[in-house]
Amino acid sequence: MASSEISDNILYQKLQEMIAAKKDLRDPLIEILRDAQEIFGYLPAAVQELIAQELNLPISKVYGVVTFYNYFSQIPLGKYVINVCTGTACFVKGAPKLIQMLEDELGIKAGETSEDGLFTISTVRCVGACSLAPVLLIGEETFGRIDSRAKLVEILDKFRTLA
Amino acid sequence: MSLKRTDVLLCCGSGCVSAGSLKIKSKLIEVIEQHGLSSEINIIETGCMGPCDYGPVMLVYPEGIFYKKVQVKDVEELVEEHFLKGRPVKRLMLKSEDTIFQTKKDIPFYKNQVKVALENCGYIDPEKIDEYIAMGGYEALGRAVTEMNPEEVIDIIKKSGLRGRGGGGFPTGLKWENVKNSESDQKYVICNGDEGDPGAFMDRSLLEGDPHKILEGMMIAAYATGANYGFFYIRAEYPLAIKRIKNALSQAKEYGLLGNDILGSGFSFDAEVRTGAGAFVCGEETALIASIKGERGQPVSKPPYPSESGVYQKPTLVNNVETLGNIATIINKGADWFASMGTATSKGTKVFALTGDVKNTGLVEVPMGITLHDLIFEVGGGMVAGKKFKAVQLGGPSGGCLTADHLDTAIDYESLREKGAMMGSGGVIVMADNNCMVNIAKFFLEFSLDESCGKCTPCRVGLKEMYTILENITAGKGRSGDIEKLENLGKTISGTSLCGLGQAAPNPVLSTIRYFRQEYESHIEAKSCPTCVCLDLMHFDIDKDKCIGCSLCAQKCPVNCISGSREEKYTIHQADCIKCGNCQEVCPVNAVDKISGAAEKEEKLNSVAELYQ
Repeated sequence: MASSEISDNILYQKLQEMIAAKKDLRDPLIEILRDAQEIFGYLPAAVQELIAQELNLPISKVYGVVTFYNYFSQIPLGKYVINVCTGTACFVKGAPKLIQMLEDELGIKAGETSEDGLFTISTVRCVGACSLAPVLLIGEETFGRIDSRAKLVEILDKFRTLA
Repeated sequence: MSLKRTDVLLCCGSGCVSAGSLKIKSKLIEVIEQHGLSSEINIIETGCMGPCDYGPVMLVYPEGIFYKKVQVKDVEELVEEHFLKGRPVKRLMLKSEDTIFQTKKDIPFYKNQVKVALENCGYIDPEKIDEYIAMGGYEALGRAVTEMNPEEVIDIIKKSGLRGRGGGGFPTGLKWENVKNSESDQKYVICNGDEGDPGAFMDRSLLEGDPHKILEGMMIAAYATGANYGFFYIRAEYPLAIKRIKNALSQAKEYGLLGNDILGSGFSFDAEVRTGAGAFVCGEETALIASIKGERGQPVSKPPYPSESGVYQKPTLVNNVETLGNIATIINKGADWFASMGTATSKGTKVFALTGDVKNTGLVEVPMGITLHDLIFEVGGGMVAGKKFKAVQLGGPSGGCLTADHLDTAIDYESLREKGAMMGSGGVIVMADNNCMVNIAKFFLEFSLDESCGKCTPCRVGLKEMYTILENITAGKGRSGDIEKLENLGKTISGTSLCGLGQAAPNPVLSTIRYFRQEYESHIEAKSCPTCVCLDLMHFDIDKDKCIGCSLCAQKCPVNCISGSREEKYTIHQADCIKCGNCQEVCPVNAVDKISGAAEKEEKLNSVAELYQ
């Protein structure tokens, strides 16, 4: 058995356990999808099918919910998802420029994942840290006032060494 | 918690945390231990104190000394000088040109503020129920459920004049009464924490900074309306808020404040947290209810209103976070006290998130009726150095932009709406004169377009049409008649969309046309962006009188379109210029200018060598 299959199996087992734990909550679909995305990093078709089956829902409903909400992704994301805030305060303080700098530094466009699978550039609606604009988030960590290329590179390097 | 001689309150709101307050905390603990002061000094993590721009901020009691921009390297000095020798560190205090503001109450930022919803925020540890109770927490709940009947509670809220703080401004007491009057065996209360307006973070700060107060407000609302179950619907983007509310729920359960027969009154209540998954439209109550049920968050037509048929077709009360944050204080201090603040139609206080080109960005709470001028120039401290006020945007993507002529406007629901803006949830974005209003309108429209759920044609297709027109205008392809077309479309979309998102989405465009029409005209007729923001309607030029011929710009130009020599000075070959702005950034003598209007057409170069022929 290839190692990726083994790790896949572990993930599916986790998924099954999580579904079993949450299944009896009232209307748990969104909560389960969120946890499933935590486990897999994204929501591939097979995972959506399994959830539909377990919850006894039509697959169309699961797919409908997945595509409606920005939080869910159907394509694999990088290890670190860089969420650039594009709220008004950040926009006024230079978020478009920040995205451009990020795209230059990583050689990818917003929405894409770098070749080494390390970073995905994503944009997010206001994260409510407006006084620190322009802001980006990596995981749950907020980085504020990124107004120069040097600051941006410093942050990227920090995560590169972590990886 | 034992009593100690000094309390150090460290702001751990989102702003200060990302400025490094958690590192300060661990360093403080370390240094205090080294000096053997652990038994004398309390370190308390609080929610947002407000002045985010000066983060990390710290308050030291009993003196009330306020420190700003504290760094890890300052900690030793703070402990040795202030905590050990009693000499506050002046260099970390807030200063104006000639004054040092020692304590919190001296600071102008706090002077015009009145804290009701935010009264404990930044003052107590939000993770400790004891601290909330010590501030009088859950007293209002106790009084409501043991001394008052639901009618009396509703009466107080009605008399207070409190209106929905999420933007709509519907009278809260009336909403409660509607739910109470709906007959059902089961009713629900929802706290709407799906704060999606870009530029607004007051609900986040309240949930993070004083979660018990929101819970107490929800429980009083439940008692008054006859509900016994609640949902906190909170955005996924606010993980700390989710954690704090969950923590508050389990603490309240432990203390017997949540569950069956609360305080022996016979009233039972429990609540859970549901998280959003990134959809702005879910702030609309019927969409929110759909989302709680695990469905696509699409609004449905009203009536029936949620007060008759909401979650699981049961009567449901939906209140915004800040609205619930006011309830306990109103019960404690009385309706008359609350109604004594504000204007004839808008009572009490409002929390605003001040951002943009204003000096004191942050979270503020002011009485209704304060003028925009006082909010921006007194509380906000005015514009950041060197910038001139142009406009203020209120109400997010549903709101509008007001100009310098409107600074005397008193902030209340009606007067703002009359002028084409709206209270919204309370985001205030101050813009300097380097902002292009057409571009700002385009930004908001793009937001609404992206967040439209797609159900109603006017919103789904109409906004796209409006956006295309704006794109053309900012790209120099505007045609006469475009402004009128935008106005027409806007009015139609407002009038024919089902929910608040579509009804309000044209507002940013309509309000900027109303107050900045000449800017639109200049884009369309003169093909010129007066603020040089729209790249197709501006160009860069090198001032030969200032240029010293250093060649830095030519070296940094990514497309090699700048040529010249020390003697002849440098020139930008406009046809090839991609307007990246590098030349302006690197010029040591500021010789590169932004000029509004597109450059004269030149033939495209095949190679740089041609320049030298």
